[in-house]
Amino acid sequence: MTEGNGTDTLLPGAPEGGQRRAVWLNFKLVAGASMVLLVVFFGLLGPLFWNTKLADPASSPPNLPPIWEAGGTGAHPLGTESLGRDILALLIVGSEATLRVGAIAAAAGLVIAVVLGFGGGYLGGWVDDVVRVLADSWVTIPALAVLVVLAAALQGVTADTEALLLALFSWPEATRMIRSQMLSMRGRSYVKMARLSGVSSAGIMFTEILPNMIPYVVASFVRAMAGAIMAATGLEALGLGPTQTPTLGTTIYYAIQGSALLRGIWWWWGMPVVVLVLIFSGLFILSIGLDEVANPRIKRYRYRVRRAGRRPAVPVTASAVSAGPATVATPSVGTEQ
Amino acid sequence: MRLRGLNLRYVLRRLGTFVLTVWLAATLIFIIPRLAGGNPIAAMVGKISVAAGGAETAHSGALVAAWDARFGLNDPVFVQYLIFLKNSVTFNFGFSITDYPASVNQLIGAALPWTLGLVGLATVIAFVLGTGIGAFMAWRRTPSLIRSVLPLSLTFTAVPSFMLGLLLLWVFSYTLGWFPAGNAYSLGVTPGLNLPFLWNVVQHGILPALTIVGAAMGFWALSMRGMMVTIEGEDYMVLGEAKGLRPSRLFWRYRVRNSALPQVTSLALNLGAIISGQILVEYLFDYPGVGQLLYQGILNEDYVLVESIVFLLIVATALAVLVLDLILPLIDPRISYLREVPR
Repeated sequence: MTEGNGTDTLLPGAPEGGQRRAVWLNFKLVAGASMVLLVVFFGLLGPLFWNTKLADPASSPPNLPPIWEAGGTGAHPLGTESLGRDILALLIVGSEATLRVGAIAAAAGLVIAVVLGFGGGYLGGWVDDVVRVLADSWVTIPALAVLVVLAAALQGVTADTEALLLALFSWPEATRMIRSQMLSMRGRSYVKMARLSGVSSAGIMFTEILPNMIPYVVASFVRAMAGAIMAATGLEALGLGPTQTPTLGTTIYYAIQGSALLRGIWWWWGMPVVVLVLIFSGLFILSIGLDEVANPRIKRYRYRVRRAGRRPAVPVTASAVSAGPATVATPSVGTEQ
Repeated sequence: MRLRGLNLRYVLRRLGTFVLTVWLAATLIFIIPRLAGGNPIAAMVGKISVAAGGAETAHSGALVAAWDARFGLNDPVFVQYLIFLKNSVTFNFGFSITDYPASVNQLIGAALPWTLGLVGLATVIAFVLGTGIGAFMAWRRTPSLIRSVLPLSLTFTAVPSFMLGLLLLWVFSYTLGWFPAGNAYSLGVTPGLNLPFLWNVVQHGILPALTIVGAAMGFWALSMRGMMVTIEGEDYMVLGEAKGLRPSRLFWRYRVRNSALPQVTSLALNLGAIISGQILVEYLFDYPGVGQLLYQGILNEDYVLVESIVFLLIVATALAVLVLDLILPLIDPRISYLREVPR
């Protein structure tokens, strides 16, 4: 009997032994990635199969219900909304825009995070002090509130500007994570070896350590992306999103403004919410899976290898909450809803 | 100064971080609208003359100039910045642009109790419930029936709360008609400390509170479970077990107690995000709290109001983290800053 804890009894498809290859076949990793990829393909390949011009206002008869409800037609399988836009076309265009905003924001944030985290963690000294204090201060700033002010002041951002604004708040979390990993990598023997062989600091950081950090960097990217999309949909639902491109969040905004709830046009807000739930849940499960791959200790615990985790208690203070080896996914999201 | 686990250098450094956070925030808030350009007074005068039927436009230039001087907008930017910093630090935010005779402080004062009541209470409930669920999820002795139900609480973890709110509104308010769809109390009821009014308020608060609790609970459950799992591998757990301590004692005193502190820290750290995240919930439910005030401020381009609220949010978060960082060494003997931690 595997004395599992909670949900964590053996998962179907979970690797049994310690084969190196099987690690990436983590069930959560595959499941989460499939959910996200589903939306990605939907957004990228959708235009090949469906006329996305129908996402323009007044391109279709308004307020048609989905095909399976009375009054629905095959011409608009997911129905239309009050501005005369086809929901399916909106979802295709919106998914692509929303995912792109998230990816750009996360990528930009991660570039900052890698530079600062690597610099701070590896070089130490005053560089590290500056990085640490900056990231610790920045991480407590309520992102959504400041973003609301930013977006309102800019009045009518484009999707790409929105992504860059979001990047302003996606780097601190990732920086802290990468920096703390760097601190633990720095003392490893292969790094000492490289240093003795006369490799430069930059060389060690990017050719020796970076490849070993890839799981953490990817995990940071996934979390940053989830956080960015969450903030983006929040802004958009408040009507502060991009005005030219329809996104999933702006669709919800128009639904709220158009009293879709009161008038029972549930498909107007319900459909984008379904796609967003798929994106968020996918990214979330993916990040847990990545954590298990990057930090096999969590996984091994499952199989009751009790003594695996032996390390002194790390003092945890507010400014060091995510320091130390990553514990089970603590998504930066959850809080920014 | 030598309190348990604290030294002066650490306290000073933490105070420094606090000041830096507040300064960063204030500066961001000062710079953002000015980067966007435009003259807020001209915009305001334009709006007024449109509202008045667009009649009097000949003198609006003089009006703008007079108000510019009055608000110090002709001073060099650096002087404006210093005055702004001084006013922010003394919480002297001035008047709301749209609700003119009302000061920003008055408006926030009226909205704050609603937010504290709703968001504060719901957050505490979500935190306690989530932490408890997480603890029991990581315990081998949890009855299997309960254990199979617990993961249900994680359903909405990854989803923003306003989406859950949309769903709840649709089901319980618009379809079933069990709960009112918005506002904090019915229009016909006079506010007062009597039972009918309080009952009315509770009825209006249930859906938004459920939204916040449902969406936030899973986050706390997962992080608690993570801490509990980490702690189970510790040597002192093995020792405790070998000593033959009762499992319940091992659970509560050894594991839950040690896991709860990082949870509290995380709560303080996320305070700003939690509060600002509920802007959307208040907006969705039309709840007269600070989030709704902020949203109205944005709609009406009342930048004084918006900037003040955001500044206060940031200060509150930074303050919570500061207080916690200073208190933690006093209540948790594992944390000590008496020696410099080796780098």
